[in-house]
Amino acid sequence: MTRRSAYLNARLLDPASGLDVRGGLLAVDGKIADFGPRVFADGVPGGVDVVVDCEGLCLAPGLVDMRVQIGEPGAEEKETIPTASRAAAAGGITSLVCLPGTEPPIDDVSTLEFIARRAREAKLVKIFVAPAVTRGLEGRQLTEMGLLAEEGAVAFTDGHQAVADAAVMARALNYAKVFDKPIMQHPEEPSLSAGGQMNAGERATRLGLKGINRLAEVMMIERDLRLVELTGGRYHAAHLSTGAAVEAIRAAKRRGLPVTCDTAPPYFALTEVDVGDYRTFAKLSPPLRGEMDRRAIVEGLADGTIDAVASDHRPHDQDSKRVPFDQAAAGGVGLETLLPLVLELHHKGTLTLLDALALVTHRPAAILGMEAGRMRVGAPADLVLFDPDVPWKIEERALRSKSKNTPFDKRPTQGRAVRTVVDGRTVFLHGH
Amino acid sequence: MTAEPLAFRHRHLLGLEGLRADEIDLILDLADGYVAQNRQADRKNALLRGRTIINLFFENSTRTRTSFELAGKRLGADVINMSVATSSVKKGETLIDTAMTLNAMHADVMVVRHPESGAVKLLADKVTGSVINAGDGTHEHPTQALLDALTIRRRKGRLAGLVVTICGDILHSRVARSNIHLLNAVGATVRVVGPPTLIPSEVENLGVEVHHRMSTGLAGADIVMMLRLQQERMQGQYVPSFREYFRFYGLDYEKLAAAKPDALIMHPGPMNRGVEIDSEVADDINRSVILDQVELGVAVRMAMLDLLTRRERTNAQ
Repeated sequence: MTRRSAYLNARLLDPASGLDVRGGLLAVDGKIADFGPRVFADGVPGGVDVVVDCEGLCLAPGLVDMRVQIGEPGAEEKETIPTASRAAAAGGITSLVCLPGTEPPIDDVSTLEFIARRAREAKLVKIFVAPAVTRGLEGRQLTEMGLLAEEGAVAFTDGHQAVADAAVMARALNYAKVFDKPIMQHPEEPSLSAGGQMNAGERATRLGLKGINRLAEVMMIERDLRLVELTGGRYHAAHLSTGAAVEAIRAAKRRGLPVTCDTAPPYFALTEVDVGDYRTFAKLSPPLRGEMDRRAIVEGLADGTIDAVASDHRPHDQDSKRVPFDQAAAGGVGLETLLPLVLELHHKGTLTLLDALALVTHRPAAILGMEAGRMRVGAPADLVLFDPDVPWKIEERALRSKSKNTPFDKRPTQGRAVRTVVDGRTVFLHGH
Repeated sequence: MTAEPLAFRHRHLLGLEGLRADEIDLILDLADGYVAQNRQADRKNALLRGRTIINLFFENSTRTRTSFELAGKRLGADVINMSVATSSVKKGETLIDTAMTLNAMHADVMVVRHPESGAVKLLADKVTGSVINAGDGTHEHPTQALLDALTIRRRKGRLAGLVVTICGDILHSRVARSNIHLLNAVGATVRVVGPPTLIPSEVENLGVEVHHRMSTGLAGADIVMMLRLQQERMQGQYVPSFREYFRFYGLDYEKLAAAKPDALIMHPGPMNRGVEIDSEVADDINRSVILDQVELGVAVRMAMLDLLTRRERTNAQ
């Protein structure tokens, strides 16, 4: 039984090819069969099962979120695979990459298979895995990268912990070359950031909180870049938060090193000022920085140095956040706010609509070698239909994530997903 | 009491950052009155009769807790002391739970000390009465700075225009932060002196001059405020050794010679004699006002208890 879906009257957007045209799209059996200005120009032919009138809204490849922490296994009270999947679908995300910071950590094939099975059961969005670089995230022994790669691992990372030991990092970069997978680093020199609660500087001094110097980020990146030169391994620096780090990556790219990086919305949309009077929801890792660094991140996005934007989704329940700042867990949820915050870059004139979308579609997919993020005949029909301009206000209570710890509560924003489609099947419909 | 000034603008005293000079004057003027009361044979009045004050201490303290206890009792309040162990892993739960439990007992004022910055504010958000911060982490210790200011004002007749040098472990000091905010508000010049490892990042933006040598930091100073050096922060972590610290930052007569001849010496206590301050200097009755600070502490805390309960007492009449 073939199953056909028709999308009419859409503004078709494909950042990878630069397509921006009014037209239609036909999906057959979960794959894109045809699209373009002439498709359905003369109305819908017979034999189509589902007809979606897009009413002029944007139809684009579904979002690819390359950094998502889920609580399963071990912290199901914070987020499960089904709740994260629902939140992702509501945010227009069709593929996400989960980080290994679970309990136990995702550091062997059996845990990876567990995630894959749970994702299949949830049957909403596609869940990929970036397993640990080191066993138990302990920074010492390498995981079975080859076996994990065979089971679909898209990258290796110790999540929110840096691979601190230089010899271990060199070996990881070297070994992962065989399987052509990047090592995704949390770039923070731990001996410098230990015990730190927020960005070092005047605000930390006033609040009496231990600071994390911004140099902790670029120091780790500069060390790693030497190791990339040494080994030729692929390196990805996660969630950049400082101008110095952007500059280091920019220079490394100019030298032709196999290096990529991403940032997350808090680092281009918020600053340490948002910590206010001990707001633990604004306690993130890396910490929110000052205005100069925020601008440097925007600049890095504008000139293409920063390859991708990830949600950096990190759910925490009340017990982890309604505590004194020193004790509060770091991180914020982000699946449902990724699209509007990336669209802010377009609305503020930093990037064109297509360039903004590229940061959350084909560019992260290319880094991770995923078949996603492109509108192409024969590709899976993973799509998002969104209104780029509709104004709304982010409200923590309205979030679908099991945890509500967004640093963006009450922020007025623009643009949201109306319908999310995975393999031709609608997994989210706004208002339903 | 005669003609009471207006009620205090704030419900809590969580810190001195943002407090205005006239508000500080109001507190100090009121405290001056309580100093007189405390020197009479009958030191007690009935202003807070029937009121409940809870001293909630998550960190060990003898002098501050005793000072608050005495202040409450001299105003006729019922004072309850609670020490809460903080060794359990889930400290946060204890904090909010304890706050809610005590709140249900209708305390008029809760005096709270906690080892973590911001914890007292978190607790204050959950209670209906007033909260006084008796020291939170490395953030603020407002009543200490107020009693320091009262001590200086009574000895020097003013605060504006004085040069006050705060010496030692500024990084970990809530006393230093509260003093910096207060002294800036009233128009004093504030300097900090210490090894660079114990000076917080961008502290100059709080309105202080930073010095690393006692000779320049103390030059022409009217007031020398010594801070306690936490012993656990020695042994090579922030400073190499006690003897090295004393050599460069311990207050002795030689270093004190750089200050004005009538400069006063202060210390929030408890002192580490021979580490941050030479015993002879600490006990010099012509220069050291360390015992005045203890006495005036009670008066300042009485003033705060009085002020923070005013609106409530007026409504109750």
